[in-house]
Amino acid sequence: MSEKETTESARTIEFVSLTAGGQGFCIEITLIREIRRWSQVTALPFAEDSVLGVMNLRGAVIPIVDLAARLGLGATEIGARNIVVVTAIGSKIVGLVVDSVSEILSVNVETIRPNPTLRRDGTGNHVVGLLPVDDVMLRVLDLETLFAKGTEEAA
Amino acid sequence: MSNDALRATFFAECEELIESLTEGLDAIAQGDRDKETINAIFRAVHSIKGAAGAFGFNDLVAFAHRYETVLDLIRADKLDISAEILRLITRSSDALAELVELTRDTGSASLDPVQDLINDLESHAEAVKAEEPPEPDFVFAPLSVIQIDDPSPTPSGFVIRFQPTAAFYTNGHEPARYFAALAALGTLSVACDTSAIPPLTDIDIDENYLRWTLTLSGDTDADAVKAVFAFAEGLCTLDVSPLADAQEPDTSPEPTDPPASLFGIPLDLPPSGPATAPAITEPTTSPAVPNAAATPAQSAAKAPVKTATTLRIDPDRVDRLINTVGELIINHAVISQKLAACGINNDSEIMAALDDYRYLAREIQEGVMSIRAQPVKSLFQRMGRVVREAGEATAKPVNFISEGESTEIDKTILERLADPLTHMLRNSVDHGIESAEKRQQAGKPAIGSVRLTAAHRSGHVVIEVADDGAGLNRERILAKAIEKGLVPADAKLSEPEIDALLFAPGFSTADSVTNLSGRGVGMDVVKTTITSLGGKVGITSVPGKGSTFTISLPLTLAVLDGMVIGVGSETMVLPLSSVVETVRPSRSDIHEIGPGECVLSVRGTFLPVVDLCQLFGLRPVRAAAADRSYVILDASDTSVAIAVDAIWDQRQVVIKSLEGNYGTVTGIAAATILGDGKIALIIDSEALVGLVAPRRTSRPLVELEA
Repeated sequence: MSEKETTESARTIEFVSLTAGGQGFCIEITLIREIRRWSQVTALPFAEDSVLGVMNLRGAVIPIVDLAARLGLGATEIGARNIVVVTAIGSKIVGLVVDSVSEILSVNVETIRPNPTLRRDGTGNHVVGLLPVDDVMLRVLDLETLFAKGTEEAA
Repeated sequence: MSNDALRATFFAECEELIESLTEGLDAIAQGDRDKETINAIFRAVHSIKGAAGAFGFNDLVAFAHRYETVLDLIRADKLDISAEILRLITRSSDALAELVELTRDTGSASLDPVQDLINDLESHAEAVKAEEPPEPDFVFAPLSVIQIDDPSPTPSGFVIRFQPTAAFYTNGHEPARYFAALAALGTLSVACDTSAIPPLTDIDIDENYLRWTLTLSGDTDADAVKAVFAFAEGLCTLDVSPLADAQEPDTSPEPTDPPASLFGIPLDLPPSGPATAPAITEPTTSPAVPNAAATPAQSAAKAPVKTATTLRIDPDRVDRLINTVGELIINHAVISQKLAACGINNDSEIMAALDDYRYLAREIQEGVMSIRAQPVKSLFQRMGRVVREAGEATAKPVNFISEGESTEIDKTILERLADPLTHMLRNSVDHGIESAEKRQQAGKPAIGSVRLTAAHRSGHVVIEVADDGAGLNRERILAKAIEKGLVPADAKLSEPEIDALLFAPGFSTADSVTNLSGRGVGMDVVKTTITSLGGKVGITSVPGKGSTFTISLPLTLAVLDGMVIGVGSETMVLPLSSVVETVRPSRSDIHEIGPGECVLSVRGTFLPVVDLCQLFGLRPVRAAAADRSYVILDASDTSVAIAVDAIWDQRQVVIKSLEGNYGTVTGIAAATILGDGKIALIIDSEALVGLVAPRRTSRPLVELEA
């Protein structure tokens, strides 16, 4: 009985669904540290366009990245309505600016469909899966892949 | 405790043991032949061996064992500390330290590199053994002491002089129990000497003023008597002598007690407490006070040097604390800014209270910083090894002298100093010190010396590497620099400018690449490292007398004195250490020499103007360059004028790394948090100068002084 339960919970992943650049995405909840309102950032020189600047998160200096711009969906028009999703990517803490955050989804692993557009040229694809929820399709984001290149560039 | 944690403790202890080993060897090198010093180094090696055995580091054990054998012979006076032996044991200590490091880093150590040393150690040990075939004679010769202690064939008993220290009582011992145990060995009579008791007014209730003379008669031996006192070892002065010798005063540490001051206490009565009653019954014995004072002093002098007690803390915890304290200081700035915004007067009570808050926060900050601060001693000891190795590799006898070992500096800085210092010291030995023949020709002592000193000087730590070698050969340095294209052939450089060429990338004067130095990746790396730590390097050199390299470092990496400036709509911080002056020039002092390129003339010198707004791609708030302020920055021996929109303040800022969560940014060293909670970037002046004058090294510095 208890064995069945553990296998069941092991197969369930929790995601946070959000929209950026007008599209639906989801990020594994274990990667998210907190969600906060947009506040003014300090611009960084020589940074790529998607890096809006750095912000003071209780004494830590964290970069704030426009997720839509990062994904190539065009720059987000930043305003007070925007949300910053603070995520832990590897050992780094990065804030992602998104349009909105909707809900927490408990998802069985088996319902995640592989991304059929996976490239074969070796470059990582940051959308690792597709998740149909009701009548919309959420893209499962792999943040490590998305930021692997950018942070090296910045370093 | 997990095995890993145990291992970490083992290596931390090894470090301490090696430190005391090095210390002992230094003392011996300076002529100290005290038994305790030799015992201390023996114990250090022995402890390493023992603990290494427990962890199964067999190579370490094997080496420590051979080392220990030789030290044991020295300890037993069978081997004299000749210059050769001193060299052997010093080299062995270096090798042991390296083996420990290697074992720590890789889990095992190979004995191959130290095989020569092992052979040397073994051959010395063998030689001593071979020297003394009539073993019994020699072995027992120095044991006359034991003869005194030995029971005579018809033992009539012992006289035991026993004086506990104050620590004896604080550790919970009770003399009566010892006496009872002695009584079990034979017939015991106890006499208490109360002569040392001071007048009641002078009594320190924690101190012990009593001495006992115990006479034990019966069939027993000295070992049994000593065994009774085994737990009191180190907590009392104990003298056990056979009854017959008891009358001879010479075995006693003090003149025989005047009989008047002795009075017997029957054994079945518990001895009175350390101080009170006898003082009242015998008030006339007060003159003996100096006597009592002398005894503990004597025993203290004999005792081994008290080792400083240390606390082992995970550096992460301290770092967290430092971060929090940084927050506290920022928080103070936030509050004071908010209060000022409310229109509260500076001389109001709340502001005064806030000032106290600031002082307290500063004090906590300094306290926490001092936890991170560590004496340079361990680093200097490692450097001693480097110098000895370099001396051996180049066959130049070199004396290593270190001073100011107790000078403290931030741990992070300390760790990052090891590489540059190693390099500088090797250079000093390799290039600075001449060969013995040359030195003698020059009328200098054949053995060169390299001096490493550390000292605090006005908020900085100054470390000097000085040699008494030939000094810098400026002609050769200049010729080499011209050959390498670092300066034009017709350049006229002043002496300091030539000296500074040593730090230019790709510069090396060594004609041949030696094992030690001369690969041309030397001094510029030294300079880069020191600069990245917020420090400066300088050289002074006198031909024929030697050269001195001076490193000046900040005490900590956590805060920085900065000038807060406005750049466009952003606020930034310039490190005050590189700011020379600020100017508000008149329009006529700014000369446009190209599209967007300006120079500023200051007292006849033209400085390139850097528009930070433009450079960093920020939105400008003002177009006219004329009514801006200019900060003259000096870094990498190049001066530039920085155009800023405002100069706000000059204050200490807490450094927050950008690298942790983002990465390095060209021209930006780090970030800090301002009073309003906003982030301000701290400008990396070296990199900034590099950005605007990237080819500065190929351009002679004199050009700036046209």
